[in-house]
Amino acid sequence: MFWNKETETLKGDKLEKLQIKRLKWTITQAEKIPFYKKLLNNSNISSDDIRKTEDIHKLPLTKKTDLQGGYPFGFLAVPKKEIVRIHTTSGTTGKPTVVGYTRQDLDNWSELIARNLTMVGLTADDTFQNAVNYGLFTGGLGFHYGAEKIGMTVIPSGTGNTKRQIEMIDDFGVTALHCTPSYAMHLSEVAEAMGTELESLRTGMFGAEPWSDNMRGILEEKLGVTAYDSYGMSEMYGPGAAFECKERNGLHFWHDSYFIEIIDPDTEEVLEPGQKGELVVTPLVKEAMPLLRYRTGDITMILEDECPCGRGPKIARLTGRSDDMLVIRGINVFPSQIEHVLRSIPEVGDQFMVYVDRINHLDEMTIDVEIKREFFKGELSDLERIQKKIIHSLKELLNLRTKVSLVEPESLPRFEGKAKRVIDKRGDKF
Amino acid sequence: MDTKDFIIKQISVFSENKPGRLAAIAKALEEEKINIFAFSIAESKGFGVVRLLVDKPAPALEKLAHLGFMVSFTDVIAVNMKDEPGGLYETAKILGNSEINIEYAYAYSGKDAAVLILRVDQVDEAIRGIRKSGGELLKAEMFK
Repeated sequence: MFWNKETETLKGDKLEKLQIKRLKWTITQAEKIPFYKKLLNNSNISSDDIRKTEDIHKLPLTKKTDLQGGYPFGFLAVPKKEIVRIHTTSGTTGKPTVVGYTRQDLDNWSELIARNLTMVGLTADDTFQNAVNYGLFTGGLGFHYGAEKIGMTVIPSGTGNTKRQIEMIDDFGVTALHCTPSYAMHLSEVAEAMGTELESLRTGMFGAEPWSDNMRGILEEKLGVTAYDSYGMSEMYGPGAAFECKERNGLHFWHDSYFIEIIDPDTEEVLEPGQKGELVVTPLVKEAMPLLRYRTGDITMILEDECPCGRGPKIARLTGRSDDMLVIRGINVFPSQIEHVLRSIPEVGDQFMVYVDRINHLDEMTIDVEIKREFFKGELSDLERIQKKIIHSLKELLNLRTKVSLVEPESLPRFEGKAKRVIDKRGDKF
Repeated sequence: MDTKDFIIKQISVFSENKPGRLAAIAKALEEEKINIFAFSIAESKGFGVVRLLVDKPAPALEKLAHLGFMVSFTDVIAVNMKDEPGGLYETAKILGNSEINIEYAYAYSGKDAAVLILRVDQVDEAIRGIRKSGGELLKAEMFK
C-alpha cells in the first residue's frame, strides 16, 4: 500500500531533477545561518554550482559538534516567530542539539510517518499504541501526528506503567505498537507474567536503538507481531526518515526528502552502494533547520538490489552508531554484535549488561546475563557449560575474550526508553 | 522394593556469589518454619548453587520461587552412617563395591545419626546396589 505512490516510487531523471531543485533551495536556506554562510563562502560554493546530484560532494560536511556549538538557536534559518515547536536530542553524546520546526516542517514530517505506516499495511481501521516518550524525544509526537494523519485510533500511552499498557492493548484491541525494542522486550515479559497473549496485536514498529535479527525473531514470537525497523534522528525531524517495507530486507529512505551518501569515516571519501561506511544525510525539505551533508555517525550501506515493492534504494539495517562503538584492546565492538550473539543462545534471558573497565592497563569487558529459569535443573555443571558456551560464541564473533557473569533472574535493569546496556568505566584511566 | 521410596527431593538454588544471598535464602525458609537438615554450597566463577535438604521440600521450593530465586528439585539419596570412627569408611566401601559413580556428596551428623547425601547419575541402580551391599538408606517420607 502507498500513501503517496507517485513520490514514493519516483526514480531516475525525475527524482534527480527534484533532488537538484530541492538541494539548491536547501543551500539557499542554509545561507541564512551564519555558520553555513561562512562555510560556503570559504569553500567558494553556492547553489549555482549544483547542476547534477554528484555536485553535492563539493559541499562541506557538517558534524554533530558543529550543531552543539550553535546551542541553542544558532542553526535556525527562520525567525523564531515561525518556529512552532522545539525538540532536543537526548544529549547522550554531549550537549543536546536543539531542533526547531516550522509548521511546514511538521507537515512534511507527518507525511513521511504516514507513508511509513501505510507502507507496512496500517490504515484508519487500526488502533495504535505509541509507547514511547512524549516529551522532547521525537518518537512520541512524530509518530502521533503521522498516525492521526492516516486516521488511526491513536493511544498516546507514553512509557511506564507497563501493566496498564498491557491492559490497554487487550481492552482497546490495539493492533499496532510503536516503542523501543528494549521496551518491547520488557512488555512481552510482563505480558507473559500477566498471562495474556496480546491477541489483537499484529504490527510492531521498533526503533531509536539498533536491534538484531535474532531479537526480531524473539519479539515477533513473544508479541505475535510482524516487526518493522524504523530509522531517523532528531536532526532529520525524528523517526521515519527510513523505514522497512513488507519485504523487511533493509530500510527505504525517502529520497525526495533526504539526499543520502555513505562515506569512509576516516578519509571522508564517498563510497559506492554495497560498501559499508558512515551515513551522511542532506535533508531536502527542512525549513527551520537545513543541514548540509550531515554526518550521522551511523554505520550502514546503500543496498544495490531493487526492492520488489517499487520504492527507491534502501539502506542496510543499522548495527550501531559509530559513537556507540567500543574499542576493547584495539578491537572494534558494537553493543549490537554482543546482543546478536546472546540472542542466538536459547538459555540466555532477555536482558544483559556490558561493563568495560581498565584493569592493570588492560581493557576488560564483563557481560552480565540472566539465564532463563526453564534451563536450570539444579546442576552447577549445566550453568558452567552455558557460561563457557557464551564466552566461546563471543570469542568466535568478536575475536575477543570476555568475562561472562551469570546473574539471578530479574536482577538486571529493565529499560523503558533507549536502553543503556553499556557502562564504560574506563574514563580517563590509563 | 520401590526405589522411589528412597529418592529424596533436594532443593537447588542458583545464587550469585555476593554478600547476603545465603541469608536471604535462610530467612525465607525461617519465615515458612522450614527446618534445614543439611546444606552445601557449590561455587563456580561468580555464582554457585546452594543445595538444601529440608523437612518440607514443596513449600520451600514454592516460597523461594515466589521470591524470584531460580530453584529446582534434584533427586538425591541419603545413606545412614555409623556416627563413630570408621563410619564413613564402611559406607564408602559399600559405594565402591556397588560401583556407584558419585557426582557430588555432602554429609551431616546430628545427635541421632550421621548421613551421607549423594547425587549419583544412575539413581535406581545406586539404590539397589547400596541395599544389596548392606547399606541403609533414609526414606523419602522423612522429607515431606
